[in-house]
Amino acid sequence: MARMTMIEAIQNAHELAMEADERVVVMGQDVGFFGGVFRCTAGLQKRFGPTRCFDAPISELGIVGTAIGMAVYGLRPCVEIQFADYMYPAYDQIVSEAARLRYRSAGEFTCPLVIRMPTGGGIYGAQTHSQSPEALFTHVAGLKTVIPSNPADAKGLLLAAIADPDPVIMLEPKRLYNGPFDGHHDRPVVPWKTHEMGEVPDEAYTVPLGQAAIRREGSALTILAYGTMVHVALAAVAEQGVDAEVIDLRTLMPLDKPTIVASVRKTGRCLIVHEATLTCGFGAELAAIVQRECFYHLEAPIERVAGWDTPYPHAGEWDYFPGPDRVGAAIRSVLEG
Amino acid sequence: MTDGTPTSGSRERRPLSLTIPEPDARPGGPPDFSHVAIPRAGAIRRPEIDEEPEAMRDLAFGIIRVLDRHGAAVGPWAGSLKPDELREGLRHMMTLRAYDARMILAQRQGKTSFYVQNLGEEAVSCAFQRVLAPGDMNFPTYRQAGLLIAAGYPLLKMMCQVYSNDGDAARGRQLPVFYSSKEHGFFSISGNLATQYVQAVGWAMASAIMRDTRIAAAWIGDGATAESDFHAALVFASTYKAPVVLNIVNNQWAISTFQGIARGGAGTFAARGHGFGIPALRVDGNDYLAVHAAGCWAAERARRNLGPTLVEYVTYRAGGHSTSDDPSGYRPKQESENWPLGDPILRLKGHLTAIGEWSDERHVQAEAEIAQAVGEAQKAAEAIGTLQNGRHPSPREMFEDVYAEMPPHLIEQRRQAGY
Repeated sequence: MARMTMIEAIQNAHELAMEADERVVVMGQDVGFFGGVFRCTAGLQKRFGPTRCFDAPISELGIVGTAIGMAVYGLRPCVEIQFADYMYPAYDQIVSEAARLRYRSAGEFTCPLVIRMPTGGGIYGAQTHSQSPEALFTHVAGLKTVIPSNPADAKGLLLAAIADPDPVIMLEPKRLYNGPFDGHHDRPVVPWKTHEMGEVPDEAYTVPLGQAAIRREGSALTILAYGTMVHVALAAVAEQGVDAEVIDLRTLMPLDKPTIVASVRKTGRCLIVHEATLTCGFGAELAAIVQRECFYHLEAPIERVAGWDTPYPHAGEWDYFPGPDRVGAAIRSVLEG
Repeated sequence: MTDGTPTSGSRERRPLSLTIPEPDARPGGPPDFSHVAIPRAGAIRRPEIDEEPEAMRDLAFGIIRVLDRHGAAVGPWAGSLKPDELREGLRHMMTLRAYDARMILAQRQGKTSFYVQNLGEEAVSCAFQRVLAPGDMNFPTYRQAGLLIAAGYPLLKMMCQVYSNDGDAARGRQLPVFYSSKEHGFFSISGNLATQYVQAVGWAMASAIMRDTRIAAAWIGDGATAESDFHAALVFASTYKAPVVLNIVNNQWAISTFQGIARGGAGTFAARGHGFGIPALRVDGNDYLAVHAAGCWAAERARRNLGPTLVEYVTYRAGGHSTSDDPSGYRPKQESENWPLGDPILRLKGHLTAIGEWSDERHVQAEAEIAQAVGEAQKAAEAIGTLQNGRHPSPREMFEDVYAEMPPHLIEQRRQAGY
C-alpha cells in the first residue's frame, strides 16, 4: 500500500499495463516527452521508449482514428484526449467506428481501445475545460464508460479498461486529480496523501467494470453519484445529519443495476446528482430505471441535482457547480416528499 | 495611412461575390473533358524508390500511363506483369463487371434493397490488390469490391452479404456491399466517409511499432477528401512515416457533385501530399498496367520503411452513384462514352490481343465462363435466401457482438424482443 494522488495512480496503472503487455501503447497530445499536461503519463516514454508512448499532432480525430487502426491490428492503445471538452472532433470515430466495429463485422474486427479524458468542473475551467459529456457516450451502443472518484478506483478501473476487449471511455474528474473535493471551494484543499481514500495497492489489480461501490450505508434515502459528486454527496449527508446510502456508480455503462435497485427498494427514496447538465443527462436514465424497478417501494418523487442547462460559466462557477448546499436542500426535499 | 483605414475610398469598393464551381457540362450539353490533360503513354518518368519527395513533385501533376492507343505497353512503368498475370487481371475485372450487372438486376427485382457498382473503375481495385502480400490490410470504401475478387474471396459470400441472408458473414447487420474479410485483407466497410483513411494509418503505425513487415492501404474517393479525416490521415502518416499507401480514386463525381466542389482542379488531389512532404503519384486509373506498376512502387516504398505514398487514380464513375441514383439528372448522358481514358477492360483486352496473348474468341469464351460462374453463385446464394425470402440470421443475433460479452441490459432486451 502506498499513498498516491489520482494522477500517480493513473500513471502507475499505465506503467504496470505497459510492463505486462508490449501491445499497450500510449499516445496523445503532450503525453510523450513531457508526460502529459496533468502528468498522468510522466516517465513512460523514458522507461518504455518513444514507440510505446509518444506525442500526437493536435488532432483528436487523428488520435482516436489511428488508435482504432492500432487496435484493429492487435495492439492495446490507451490514448488521451487532453480535455473531455475537446473530444467532439473525434466523436464520429468514437460513435461510428470504435463503438460499432465488432457489431458491424460480426466479431471479425474488434477495437480494444481506451480513451482517457479529464472531465468535470470546479476548477474555473469555464466552457471548454469543465464539461461532463458522459451522456454522449452512455447513449452509444458498444461503448463502456467509467468514471472514478478516488485513486484506488482510478488505477483498478484503468487496468480493467486496458484489459477489456471493448472500447472504454475513461472520464477522469480533474478536480479530484490531487485530492478529494466536496464542493466547499472556500476551505483548504485536502491532498490525497492525507486522505484515507488515497491508499492504493502497489501491485496490479482491477476494479471490474460494471460494479458500483457503496460509499456510505444508510436507510433514509439512496443517493446515486459518480466522480466528484460522490464527495459532495458525502459532505451534504454529513451536514444534513441524515442516514443516507451513498452509491458511487464507478461504471455508467454497463450499469450496476442490482446494487441501485436493492438500495432504493430498501430506502424508498432516491436522489441523483451529477455535474452534467440536467436535460437528457445520465440522471434521466437512472431516474427511469429506478422508477420502473422500484415503483412500489418509492415514498417520494425521485429528485435530480445537476448542472444547470447552460454552458459552463467562468465567473459563475459556484452558482453553477451543484455543491453541498444544493445537494443538501434536495436531500431535505426527498425526505419530506 | 497608419490608422488602418483603407487608402481607397469606400465609393470605389465593389461588392464581393461568392464563387460556386460548376462542371464543364450538364444534362443536355455536350460532354467536355478538355480540362483533363492526358500525357501520352510512357511519357512520365519512373523515379528511384528512395527519391526524396521534394525531388519528385512533378509526378503529382502528370498521369502515369503504360498502355498506348495501339495497345502497346510503353515507357519506364511497363513490364511489372507477365501475360499470365495480365490474363488473370482481365478475368478479375470481367468478373467484377458481371457480378455488378447481376446484383443491379437483383436490386431492380427487389431481391435486395441497395447496390453500388464499380463500372469503369475495375482496374483500380483489381490491379492494386495484386501488389499486396498476404497479411497486408486494405481499408476500402464501398467502391473497391475488386480487391475482394482479386484476393479470391468467394462470389457466393459476396452475394450472401448483398442479400443479408443466412450466409452473410455480417449477419444481416450491414447495408449491401459493406463487405468485411480479415482473411482477405479487407477491413470492414463503414457508411461514414473517410473514417477508414486515418484508421489505415494507425494500422500501419502499429505494424511499424511491432517491427512487423506488413503494410496498409488506405482508400478514399475524390469527394471524401474534403472530410477532416483525410487531412488527419496525411498529418499522421507523414509525422510517423507510416508504412501505408494512401489511395485516392478520383472518379470525377461525388454523387451529383463534380470533383471541383471538393476543390479538384486546384492543382491535383495527388499534389495535396506535397504540403505534408508525402510523395505523390498520379496514375491512369483505367490502365491496369499503370495501376499495378504505380501500386508496386508505392508498396515497395512502404515496405522499405521509406514512408507513405499518395496515389491518385484518374478514372471515371461510369455508372450511377448507387441504385438510388440517376446520373442523368446532373451530367450528360454520353459523358462516360467520351471519357478520354476509355474502358479498363477493353484496354487490357486490346493489349493482350496486340501482344498475341488473347483473342476475341478467347474473350467471348471467358465471358461465357464468367457468366456461368456468377450465375451459379447467384443461384446458390438465392437458395439460401434474398432480403425478403429464405433463411436469414435469427433476430436473436441482433443483440450479439455489441460487446464481447452481452451485458445484462441487452440480455433483458433480447428477452423482451421474444428471443
